[in-house]
Amino acid sequence: MRYLPHSEHERADMLAVIGASTAEDLFARVPRHALLREPVNLPRHSPEFLVEAKMKALAGRNHAAGDGPFFIGAGAYRHHVPASVDHLIQRSEWLTAYTPYQPEVSQGTLQMLFEFQTQVAHLTGMEVANASMYDGSTATAEAVLMARRLTRRSRIILSGGLHPHYRDVVRTYLGDGPDLVCLPASPEGQGDILNRIDGDTAAIVVQTPDFYGHLRDLRAAADAAHAAGALLIVVVTEVVSLGLIEAPGALGADIVVAEGQSIGNSLNFGGPYVGLMATRKEFIRQMPGRLCGETVDADGNRGFVLTLSTREQHIRREKATSNICTNSGLCALAFSIHMSLLGEAGLKKLARLNHHNAVKLAKMLGTVPGVELLNHSFFNEMTIRLPVPAAPIVELLARADVLAGLPVSRLEPDNPACENLIVLAATELTTDDDIAMLAECLHAALSEDAQ
Amino acid sequence: MSMNNQGRPTGVGTPVPAGTSDFTSVSGSSLLPNEPLLFEIGDREHSGVDLPDVAIDGSFLGGFERKSEIDLAGLTEPETLRHYVRLSRLNYSIDSGMYPLGSCTMKHNPRLNEKMARLPGFADIHPLQPVSTVQGALALMDELAHWLMTLTNTAAVCLTPKAGAHGEMAGMMAIKAAQDAAGQGHRKVVLVPESAHGTNPATAAFLGYSVRAVPARDDGTVDVEAVKAALSPDVAAIMLTNPNTCGLFEPEVIEIAAAVHEAGAFFYCDGANFNAIMGVVRPGDLGIDAMHINLHKTFSTPHGGGGPGAGPVVLSAALAPFAPVPFVRKGSGGTELVEHAEGQHLGRITAFNGQMGMYVRALTYMLSHGGDGLAQAAKDAVLNANYIKARLERVFSVPFPGQPCMHEALFDDSFLEGTGVSTLDFAKALIDEGFHPMTMYFPLVVHGAMLVEPTESESKQTLDRFCDVMLELAEDAKAGNAARFTSAPLNAPRRRLDETRAARSPVLKWERQELLPQAAE
Repeated sequence: MRYLPHSEHERADMLAVIGASTAEDLFARVPRHALLREPVNLPRHSPEFLVEAKMKALAGRNHAAGDGPFFIGAGAYRHHVPASVDHLIQRSEWLTAYTPYQPEVSQGTLQMLFEFQTQVAHLTGMEVANASMYDGSTATAEAVLMARRLTRRSRIILSGGLHPHYRDVVRTYLGDGPDLVCLPASPEGQGDILNRIDGDTAAIVVQTPDFYGHLRDLRAAADAAHAAGALLIVVVTEVVSLGLIEAPGALGADIVVAEGQSIGNSLNFGGPYVGLMATRKEFIRQMPGRLCGETVDADGNRGFVLTLSTREQHIRREKATSNICTNSGLCALAFSIHMSLLGEAGLKKLARLNHHNAVKLAKMLGTVPGVELLNHSFFNEMTIRLPVPAAPIVELLARADVLAGLPVSRLEPDNPACENLIVLAATELTTDDDIAMLAECLHAALSEDAQ
Repeated sequence: MSMNNQGRPTGVGTPVPAGTSDFTSVSGSSLLPNEPLLFEIGDREHSGVDLPDVAIDGSFLGGFERKSEIDLAGLTEPETLRHYVRLSRLNYSIDSGMYPLGSCTMKHNPRLNEKMARLPGFADIHPLQPVSTVQGALALMDELAHWLMTLTNTAAVCLTPKAGAHGEMAGMMAIKAAQDAAGQGHRKVVLVPESAHGTNPATAAFLGYSVRAVPARDDGTVDVEAVKAALSPDVAAIMLTNPNTCGLFEPEVIEIAAAVHEAGAFFYCDGANFNAIMGVVRPGDLGIDAMHINLHKTFSTPHGGGGPGAGPVVLSAALAPFAPVPFVRKGSGGTELVEHAEGQHLGRITAFNGQMGMYVRALTYMLSHGGDGLAQAAKDAVLNANYIKARLERVFSVPFPGQPCMHEALFDDSFLEGTGVSTLDFAKALIDEGFHPMTMYFPLVVHGAMLVEPTESESKQTLDRFCDVMLELAEDAKAGNAARFTSAPLNAPRRRLDETRAARSPVLKWERQELLPQAAE
């Protein structure tokens, strides 16, 4: 039991100081029959090398994204994370620090969060950002609740281009009812939301690039929403796009939420990730989550603290803006370090490289007979329609170690219009060989299928 | 001032009054740096990455190409390393010292966990890969679920909550769904003891419940009779922390569970303090219906300066049919991932599959400790807290005396009466002695609360040093040396920060100086 410091001798000494004869005496307030008489039926403690062997065996049963051509995106993206990012976040002082409630001994975390908030605000073109949320999907649900508080209206309209998981999370948070309008999936990028806005609408939620890869006209959405007294919530699941695409804040967004995983964080099978949330300064008192602010200490030196906590549960209890207690600190750190390494110049180059590879992918897919590209616009992700159901084709390609994208039917099983669709992404890690291999395998699979 | 045998001053010495430090370095820095902001040292041109510059024609961008500047600061790689290493040195961490933070369970974070979480087979897999390509990941989730259900004796677990409060939300949603399905949707009240974490009433209110407080007894625990008195046909559930936030095991928890069930309500247990009883008591045996487990507390995944957390919620057989998706189950062709709500299951509470990186770390920790080691860890956590209580209780005031505590020892501020020293001052003085402060002013039911949770990770030597410092501080406070406390901390990267100023006119991001009016001249 290598993590436990006491010897039996020390335990006995400590019990003597306490005045107890056995460790069990300390559990005297526990009802006798609730105390386990036998050890729980679980394996006994194990040396490090055996644990490592077992975990490696489990990991070995997974196909890692780097093992072959890889085109899955749909809200989580395989990007290169510089070696120094992972080195830095494993420093004890970052990894094993607690929430910075004692600012005198937490200035590292607090200054980092202040820098992170600045990066996110600048990236999204908004006035303020918080210190991060759990992930993009829960940030979206929280943004919707925030819009209801701000407008004192209840209707929420979700675009058909919103990531289906995000839509499902909002549905779980809000419950089904007339005040939640989920527009049908719009794989062809069809505009569907503007004429649904009415005087009861609190907010419309528009994703760009949307789930199917299309770039959406935020300016038009903002104008329509604002004309009706509603708010525009913009969702970004691929933050690298903001290096090349106009910032939502510059186009009239009121709240911007994003999944920040693409910068600094690995795929991790879906988590932990880092949700970004930014808004207008006038809305901060209704914004959920932690906020870090600048101040001075008793000697007049600049310092940072968690602030505006009168919004939060540990102060306001049942009147809080949200029950959120934590943020995604370490993932926000990874994001912030990677963003510092990129800088403005690097992020723009990275975004162009992603788009460049996506254009190559789109052009190559256009040469495969039977494949129809649905996008007129895209950043690094696009949707194709096959002449046959997509899921079996994707499965077939996976057996050839080509992970060919997401069959949309996996997220939209009840929508026949999605059955033949695949959403595919390219990133800076996508090579010409990967694209050629995909085209070849797809061609072969479709030809076999036709026979 | 005391001297050591070499004539050097030891201990805390005489405090320097505010602002009278007699030395100012030329650079304004020292080995504990005043690190400038990223935006003060970086600029738009510098970058720490090498990427090819490619030409694009913009024809696929739909006319949405960025025209505004982003205004991001870039650093080269060596500058990046220095900036973040220097910042890190301004942080306290569990690797540098004890965190006696009650209710937070800051235990050792084994590095094997980190190594395993970075295996490409875990870190580099996509949540939407074909299920056939991630069988190891699903098997891991299944095994973690097995450990959590075995340790709690419950029927099901929803792994996906992103943090403890998110787990509370999932558990309470399952309770609400179960009651709606049983035609009990009129139940709109949740009972919450006064000592509860703030997340409990916040979660209940989020789901549309009104909160009814349950008073505590003089001994810091909840009286089953008080619960019975508060139960009515409109009560949906009780949210009870056990061991509770006063660090005490609720002795009537089984009777409380029976009364709650008798009234047709559910028992939500806040599992924040599970570290005290893992492997020793199974919450399912106490009659709980749902309980979240903070993997970052109990199972050693790192706090990371405030997250990410992970808050799986275990569910009783009555609530299992209402667990949110996704979840894993054994199927004919291997382990299946159920991604869509079927039957009475709730929909998603997050995209994808939850905090896989934390699942890997938690399971690594569990396998290392084993069932036997987890029980020993719980017993040591309780032993350590009682040892601190025993060493301090002659000087510090214990609000609920005459009983052993569980994993945390609670003191109130009556021992400071008349000293001019508050709990806050006392805690800040701990910083000058090299310890992170304990949890202060929580739970709310105790005046000037100091909640000390050492965890099982601390050696007797460390505990003794901590107790020595606590006793010395208490003596000094009583001796009338209030200035040492009210001016603390002096030996930290910053002195006390002006939180009022931060909240009154919030500065939440860096602003370019030339845009500020005073710089316009």
